[in-house]
Amino acid sequence: MLSRTADNLYWLSRYAERADFVARILDAALRLSALPANYGGADANEWESALASAGNIDLFRPLYDSVNEHTVRDFLAFSPNNPSSIRSCLHTARENARSVRTALTSEMWEAINEAYLHLRSFEGRDMTREEFARFLDWVKGVSLAFDGSAYRTMLRNDAYWFTRLGVAIERADNTARILDVKYHVLLPETERVGGSLDYFQWTTILREVSALTAYHWVYRESIKPWLVADLLILNREMPRSLANCYEMLVRNLDRVADAYGRRGPSQRLARGMLAKLDDLTVDEIFAAGLHEFIEEFIAENNRLGAAIVEQYLG
Amino acid sequence: MPLSAFDEMTGIQESGLDPAAVREAYAALKTWLDTTPPEHFDTRRSQAELFFRRIGITFAVYGDNESTERLIPFDIIPRVLTKPEWGFLERGLKQRVTALNLFLADIYGPQECIKAGIIPGDLVYRNPHYRLEMRDFEVPHGKYVHIAGIDIVRTGEDQFFVLEDNARTPSGVSYMLENREVMLRLFPELFSKHRVSPVEAYPDALLATLRSLAPMRAARDPSVVLLTPGRFNSAFYEHSFLADKLGVDLVEASDLFTKDDVVYMRTTEGPRRVDVIYRRIDDDFLDPLVFRPDSVLGVPGLMSAYQSGSVTLANAVGTGIADDKAVYSYMPEIVRFFTGEEPILHNVPTWRCREKDALNYVLSNLGDLVVKEVNGSGGYGMLVGPHATKREIEEFGRKLRHAPDGFIAQPTLALSTCPTFVASGVAPRHVDLRPFVLSGADEIRIVPGGLTRVALKEGSLVVNSSQGGGTKDTWVLDG
Repeated sequence: MLSRTADNLYWLSRYAERADFVARILDAALRLSALPANYGGADANEWESALASAGNIDLFRPLYDSVNEHTVRDFLAFSPNNPSSIRSCLHTARENARSVRTALTSEMWEAINEAYLHLRSFEGRDMTREEFARFLDWVKGVSLAFDGSAYRTMLRNDAYWFTRLGVAIERADNTARILDVKYHVLLPETERVGGSLDYFQWTTILREVSALTAYHWVYRESIKPWLVADLLILNREMPRSLANCYEMLVRNLDRVADAYGRRGPSQRLARGMLAKLDDLTVDEIFAAGLHEFIEEFIAENNRLGAAIVEQYLG
Repeated sequence: MPLSAFDEMTGIQESGLDPAAVREAYAALKTWLDTTPPEHFDTRRSQAELFFRRIGITFAVYGDNESTERLIPFDIIPRVLTKPEWGFLERGLKQRVTALNLFLADIYGPQECIKAGIIPGDLVYRNPHYRLEMRDFEVPHGKYVHIAGIDIVRTGEDQFFVLEDNARTPSGVSYMLENREVMLRLFPELFSKHRVSPVEAYPDALLATLRSLAPMRAARDPSVVLLTPGRFNSAFYEHSFLADKLGVDLVEASDLFTKDDVVYMRTTEGPRRVDVIYRRIDDDFLDPLVFRPDSVLGVPGLMSAYQSGSVTLANAVGTGIADDKAVYSYMPEIVRFFTGEEPILHNVPTWRCREKDALNYVLSNLGDLVVKEVNGSGGYGMLVGPHATKREIEEFGRKLRHAPDGFIAQPTLALSTCPTFVASGVAPRHVDLRPFVLSGADEIRIVPGGLTRVALKEGSLVVNSSQGGGTKDTWVLDG
């Protein structure tokens, strides 16, 4: 297929995935800010943290005077000046989709095009929290509809594999970014029995990657920070864990390589990272430094992204 | 003074005089219009709009920043042509396009028609669309205009005229196909009452045409691509739609490169050779090394590859001269000269303002004529005399006196009308017709139908979508 088509498909699914991620971050912040102050809510911290998790904080500062619910909601959901705002994600996704209409199934196109058309009805309105929560639900629904339509209707060929690669790289980056911002609340020394403030921080992390229920099913015990880290980094059953994202990357890169009869740097990099994640335990990660581990992971993940672009999309 | 136009449903010049009058081809349609409750139409019309918006069949309007994506209004009342009417048009179209191809081969080759005095030489040589690069170059299979859109207007029961020959990159065929799709979905019952010739074979016919044009040395399974200027182009929807229906890659210039006079596209598996390019980019932008150096839409080296015979461009370079409005006025002579037959389809009578007598006539009758720029398109830069103010006429007169060579004039034709939904209900509105003619190495293919454009404003004769025109499904009845 055309390199540009593969590139558009890859970025289309990255942006659809990112829209979902930003919606989850806002959703989690909204919940936390509804809590009384001594449970960690009702101050600006949560919005600051949401901003940090979503990235692009440098773009935020020149645009707004202060960090509060109003400004962060605007910046992350609707700002055209933030390339990762939900609005920008949906616009960019749709622009990419329009360029590769022929490579999309009509279901995929309709999912993204309808989202783009419907988005306008939310813009420029002063929303109550309830309305905003409904908007976030809608965004999650859009990503589900798009991803689901890709899964259900696309031919299983290189076009499909490149959309999966986009989703997996983006997810890995998103999960790592949350861990990067919140790593300090997961460190053992911050653990205090019954420390309600941290408890709500941990549940917030789990919510941001929609893993709160999954946590209980997997560990069957109360929330422990190292188990949160284990779930998000090493657990292959967890769809948004780094290990699962890399399993997905390896699988889809192998399919591309098999179809084209050639392997390259991206297959090697992905396999290397998966092997590394398989060998590690959460104790070893903590012993060597969670923060350092996450930073290195983000850099490696970016390297893989660049290798995929170089090998196939350029 | 309102023109009295031929109404295709009632068959009378002044519709409204006899509410019961109806031509046979429209009988069932009229009953349907008269007996269906208005709410039903309203529902169906909004469903049609929703359908078009969902599939994203939009077009961009140049110079309109407000909304860069608009829908072309679709009217749900089909336009009907009978089998004999279509048979006549089909014969005329084949003859006309055959003549256009022979004319192009001649002016880029032996130039017999200039030597014989059929057309003045300076009209060819000084024409901005005449491409010296094409001189004495044998295009693959000798065909130039592979895809033509011939605009036809009607003024009476048996009066059809060619208004324009679009021989460069005619658009609109996606509307022919999508309009039918919508009608089939919304009004299945209507199709059971009519035998409507299908149009869905168009993509197959187009692909067969393009493949037949592959250079001789191409592989047995030639690789065909559609070259688009990109998603900001007003017809981008059509480009992607056609590529999808054809099952060929939709490429932008940056996807192509040339090496040793061969064109390749960049794929995830490395370079792949290209044999036929259905290009929807104007000549000027094709190759920055030969034409406009500032073009970012073009492929450097493409012309050289083309001239080496390794790739086919459809349409060929330099066809613009055949849809020039000044050359148009010579079409009757051109048809006679190259086919040895009388033209089946007539031209609209045309005054060439480059000729002194004609100019004087035009200047003193501006109020009754339509004056067009020779190189204009899209309904821009023209004067519709009967609808213009005194000041507009005076201003246009000055422009005309200043550069008469750039203009032609035609009588204001009473274009036929078709019943159309408007705010006040159903009313007659002026229409034209653009059938698409495909000329392959092997044969000429025409799908029965075309794009009917309708001027939605009362009395308006300008059907262009950029000027507020709409479209209709076009039915050719099969018996």
